[in-house]
Amino acid sequence: MNNLLVLPLIIPIITAVVLVFLKDHIVLQRIISFITMLFVTVLSFILLNIVQTEGILRLDFSGWLPPFGILFVADSFAMILVLTASVVTTICLLYAFSTIGNRHEKMFFYPFVLFLIAGVNGSFLTGDIFNLFVCFEVMLLASYVLIALGGEKRQLRESLKYVLINVVASWMFLVALAFLYGTVKTLNMAHIAVRVAEAGQDPLLTTVSILFLIVFSLKAGLLLFFWLPGSYSVPPTVVQALFAALLTKVGIYALIRTFTLMFPLQQDVTHTIIGIMAGVTIIAGCMGALSGRDIYTIATYNVIIGVGFILIGLAVGTETAMTGAIYYLIHDMLAKALLFLLVGMMFYITGESVVKKMSGLIKNYPIFGWIFFIVMLALAGIPPLSGFVGKVLIGQGAIEAGSYILLALGFASSIIVLYSLLRIFLASFFGETTISLEDSKPIPKGAYWSFILFTISIVFVGMGAESLAVYVKDAAETLMNPSIYIDAILKG
Amino acid sequence: MESLMMILIGILVAVATYLVLSRNMIRIILGTALLSHAVHLLILTVGGLKKGDVPLLSQSEGPFTDALPQALILTAIVISFATTAFLLVLAYRTYKTNGSDDLQELRGMPDE
Repeated sequence: MNNLLVLPLIIPIITAVVLVFLKDHIVLQRIISFITMLFVTVLSFILLNIVQTEGILRLDFSGWLPPFGILFVADSFAMILVLTASVVTTICLLYAFSTIGNRHEKMFFYPFVLFLIAGVNGSFLTGDIFNLFVCFEVMLLASYVLIALGGEKRQLRESLKYVLINVVASWMFLVALAFLYGTVKTLNMAHIAVRVAEAGQDPLLTTVSILFLIVFSLKAGLLLFFWLPGSYSVPPTVVQALFAALLTKVGIYALIRTFTLMFPLQQDVTHTIIGIMAGVTIIAGCMGALSGRDIYTIATYNVIIGVGFILIGLAVGTETAMTGAIYYLIHDMLAKALLFLLVGMMFYITGESVVKKMSGLIKNYPIFGWIFFIVMLALAGIPPLSGFVGKVLIGQGAIEAGSYILLALGFASSIIVLYSLLRIFLASFFGETTISLEDSKPIPKGAYWSFILFTISIVFVGMGAESLAVYVKDAAETLMNPSIYIDAILKG
Repeated sequence: MESLMMILIGILVAVATYLVLSRNMIRIILGTALLSHAVHLLILTVGGLKKGDVPLLSQSEGPFTDALPQALILTAIVISFATTAFLLVLAYRTYKTNGSDDLQELRGMPDE
């Protein structure tokens, strides 16, 4: 029992409610939301360290012992993701202060970002599958508002589709939950794992697990990503960055949790399907990134490639691959957020989103240009940046398990990622500059700070991979041996 | 009783699917509302229809009815109420700004 566990969910919610009453005090809203996220970041770091010394923590709400009550569980995997999500949100807020504009700030932008992060943290921490559904909905409702906020023609049109897709996906989540409850008569994830193991995961349970696979794939953008490029390119830059960094990753988290903890027994069925889906996702994502002519399309298809690559780690399913997947997940959250911020800033400076219409940006904005270069290298997996460790470990795991096709696809995708971003870099940053130094729009200071902080964290994740190894190894070990998780909950 | 419920759920899902696949915005939203009703009935049915007494220890000896599906449904109803309300407002605003409630016309240009 540790009451600290509920704070990453409850603090953002309470602060968001308070901020609603401070509608016109924008500076106050900024300060409070920033301090809140800073606090949550520090808190999740402390919790991560407590997990290392005391093992998996759990909090049984109002004292109802598992499997009867709802509970929060913090293992290393969940806490790493909570920490990364909080870091990303904190830095994105810094970017928002100088760019989002008065209109958004007065229309409750900050409260909804806090609701979003509350839903995300709740999804990572919960140990009850129905509670996972509720946290998903908290996160999604906030994201519906954030995607439509601003009310432009394109935005409204795309957000309507986004909301409808997600309503149908949530419906399927409920159907899967109903069948799961009907079969195993419990909702506690650890207890489900025990019951499924007792029953030996018969075809009915495998079917239920595939229903979950479809639902989470829709959220993660694994194969079912048709909605993603449209809806991720309409909201303001900072919202795009938050979505790219957090929303698909919650789906990936749910997939990993479901297929390592609850339904790990029929791997030749479920993991094969995940493997095929991941492979097709990578191919389709690469094709999209290659054919894209504007920076938004290229960036969104890069998100899809990233999702496919992480799930190779799950499909392969060895401990090395899982360690790699966790490393890559941390890297992807940071690097994709930075990529979207940079792309949005390019649009802000030039007013153009087509690659060929921009040129010579690096002359006027040298730091900006080199940061783009760094994030490009990180996404391609060049050492010593953050993508490298994850890529190597996933590759090593794939060789151990003998999945050479996935290995080849994964590494071929790195080259495509490099090519698609290099195209932006060469065309838009090099060459003759079209804007003279006097006419060029200055980049806001806050935005620069957020770029630099993201770059530092990317370099840190790459160079300091050794110092993260303690946490990541523990997370991968818990994922590979579900009994650790189950014992911590049902026998504590 | 269960099979009767399953037929009802099937009909609801079929009607809802028909509505969701149409082009008119309001019909789609009504379709999602029907979908949620169907899944609430599904949770109730697979959770086991009433077989025992009220789950209050002081009131009876048992066996008791499982109260959990009803708690789940209550939560799901609240959530679907919120999303439907949001969808209706969003649809109205989309209609106002885009001047159409036909999804075929809201597809958007590929290179706009």
